[in-house]
Amino acid sequence: MNDIPVSTPRRLVELTIDGGTVRVPEGSTILDACRQEGIDTPTLCWAENLTPVNVCRVCVVEVENSRVLVPSCSRAAEDGMVVATDSEKVRTSRKMVYELLASSVDLDRADAEVHAWMDHYGADPSRMGDRGDIATVAQRPKVQDDLYVRDYERCILCYKCVEACGEDAQHTFAIAAAGRGFDAHISTEFDVTLPDSACVYCGNCIGVCPTGALVFKTEHDMREEGSWDEEAQSVTTTVCTFCGVGCNLELHVQEEQIVKVTSPTDHSVTNGHLCIKGRFGWQHAQS
Amino acid sequence: MWAVDPRRSASARFADAWLGLNVGTDIALANGVAREIIAADMVNREFVDRATIGYEEFAAFVDEWTLERTEEVTGVPARGIREMAHAYATAPTAQILWTLGITEHHTGVDNVLSLCNLSLLTGHIGRWGSGLCPLRGQNNVQGGGDMGALPNKLPGFQDIGDGEARARFEATYGTAIPAENGWNLTEMFEAMGRDELKALWVIGENPADSEADVNHARRLLGRLDVMVVQDVFMTRTAEMADVVLPAALGWVESDGTVTSSERRVQRTRAAIPPPGLARQEIDIVAEMAERMGATGWGRPTAGELWEELRTLSPMHAGMSWERIEVEGGIQWPCPDDDHPGSPFLHGRLWENPVGGRPAPFSCVQWRPPIDELTEEFPLRLTTGRALDSYNTGVQSGRYNSPIRSGEALELSTADAIALGVQAGELVSVSSRRGSIEMTVAIDATLQAGLAFTTFHFPDLADVNQLTSDAYDPKSGTAEFKAAAIRVDKLEARADA
Repeated sequence: MNDIPVSTPRRLVELTIDGGTVRVPEGSTILDACRQEGIDTPTLCWAENLTPVNVCRVCVVEVENSRVLVPSCSRAAEDGMVVATDSEKVRTSRKMVYELLASSVDLDRADAEVHAWMDHYGADPSRMGDRGDIATVAQRPKVQDDLYVRDYERCILCYKCVEACGEDAQHTFAIAAAGRGFDAHISTEFDVTLPDSACVYCGNCIGVCPTGALVFKTEHDMREEGSWDEEAQSVTTTVCTFCGVGCNLELHVQEEQIVKVTSPTDHSVTNGHLCIKGRFGWQHAQS
Repeated sequence: MWAVDPRRSASARFADAWLGLNVGTDIALANGVAREIIAADMVNREFVDRATIGYEEFAAFVDEWTLERTEEVTGVPARGIREMAHAYATAPTAQILWTLGITEHHTGVDNVLSLCNLSLLTGHIGRWGSGLCPLRGQNNVQGGGDMGALPNKLPGFQDIGDGEARARFEATYGTAIPAENGWNLTEMFEAMGRDELKALWVIGENPADSEADVNHARRLLGRLDVMVVQDVFMTRTAEMADVVLPAALGWVESDGTVTSSERRVQRTRAAIPPPGLARQEIDIVAEMAERMGATGWGRPTAGELWEELRTLSPMHAGMSWERIEVEGGIQWPCPDDDHPGSPFLHGRLWENPVGGRPAPFSCVQWRPPIDELTEEFPLRLTTGRALDSYNTGVQSGRYNSPIRSGEALELSTADAIALGVQAGELVSVSSRRGSIEMTVAIDATLQAGLAFTTFHFPDLADVNQLTSDAYDPKSGTAEFKAAAIRVDKLEARADA
């Protein structure tokens, strides 16, 4: 009785990816299988600590006998499946997705891998017209408190923040998608300011945002004044001081000042999620 | 998830059901739940027979705690008590988690024992997914105890009265260790009152703000011949000190370990250097030892001290500094290098035959809070924390939280109406120990007769002037959770 009970052993399913045979436990996604085989796959709306919502479409792959491309992040691997991750159709589709996204929002501050993939596929957003005409880009950042900035001209509507605020982490449900078409945006209830909303300022939405649309105010201000320098930053992992849960904190330090706090997504205690104290309560370390 | 709390806290709102019991009736509720589990024939008899002692006596003891009587004392409807008892007893796995609402009472230890009874009745202990879990309020409360910062224990929870254990420490440290228990915090303050304790070295604590009945505590600190405070900020306690030793901030400026609620030992690492004259705490302690005439301390690193500890504390013996680093934390007990660490305790109760002695039921009697409600002090004040703040605000008071509402006395709608006070109004709040002014806030989910406040801003509202000086003689922990107060309108007081 003393041992940790292990769940029923899972059957292995066998599929073919890019011509090679792959075996993964039943229930794995095609993305899991690709990662197991070391096949690099771009993602935007997927994260290891969130449930896939498959909206961004950059992880699509071609599955034999499937009419359309399928999102690898959420489609389960099946016995006998034949998958192509680098076919002409896949390359064209991924390139187009990046071009469409980058033509409607500002991806300048997106994760480095976004730019690497755009280069890889030769994506050219200017083909889609002048971004300056798009309503999304013509917004000013929302600065409503001293902790968060919401810079919606960078938002690709990947829903990661909504997931992190809701059932995947915080269960606060302060934000959701509102509006249709070009008006679609992430909003608080009735678009009230963040301090007036249900927000508890855990910052888990910022932790998962892939494009810099949600950003710590420290980082936003330093970027605006031109002093943000990631290359000059060190990252040290320590343990939060504020309660007994034992959340691990990654302190990003530039010139002996803490400029940002993140948490490792692969750590068993909270899988990268924090509360307001852990995320923002470090000012006393540099007063 | 069931939440049991006098207030409808954020956790209570999140839970499937909430039982809003009267402050200080935890034992009554636990005894009532136990009685219902027994009466409904839901006891895990196989476990009870094999792994426990004292069941028959316990069953007879709680027999008076019928649902009706439990409802009368706790204020929780009988149906809620019955449903929670049945849900707990029939769940495949179940945990009871608690915080200071259980321990900060004059019956704190008995409160915990009453919960232990429930886990023994149902066998929800010693198994994966089941158990009893005190949620620690600070990142290293557990680690402080683990390291012997208790008046009756050596590191690794070895009894100070255990000659064999003491001999091992004496051989390593090259000095004799007294065999008698020291004083706990409450006993230290009592000893200050008798002038038996005349010198105090306070490390990283702010008792001049955080003690219950704080006016009394401040007077006692003022009687000391000498007080040395080692801290990261000029706290109120530091302001009273004869000597202040500025220290590095543990979680940001020091290498070391902390131990979480789940007994997980994890590394803290220095990310920035300490400012100005602040020094690493290991260096401060070592230099103090040298000034007192000790030799050979040197300036050990945190890693070197940890490796020494693990030769002395069997439950840490398998946790090398390197393993803690590589594995990202290990849960004690971890007796040898190949041991993976222990996600839960008390698995021995499920061994066949049971390993060690069987677990005893405890017949614990409900006793109401010491600070009685009377006509003069008719409201029950309980204190607690807000999400964005921490204790006396020494650390958390320095960032600009958008959800901080400041210190307020939260009252039920009914009491606010009866007192004729409104939200935002400044009122006088008094207990048998002190009187302060506070701003009123109204919490419509509070039961009539119950008031609540945080204690994060002693400069705004010196809440611990009100809190109760009663304490649990078994643990030394003060009854922060149950003070009797009165609220007066300021103009009424001026008229009087």
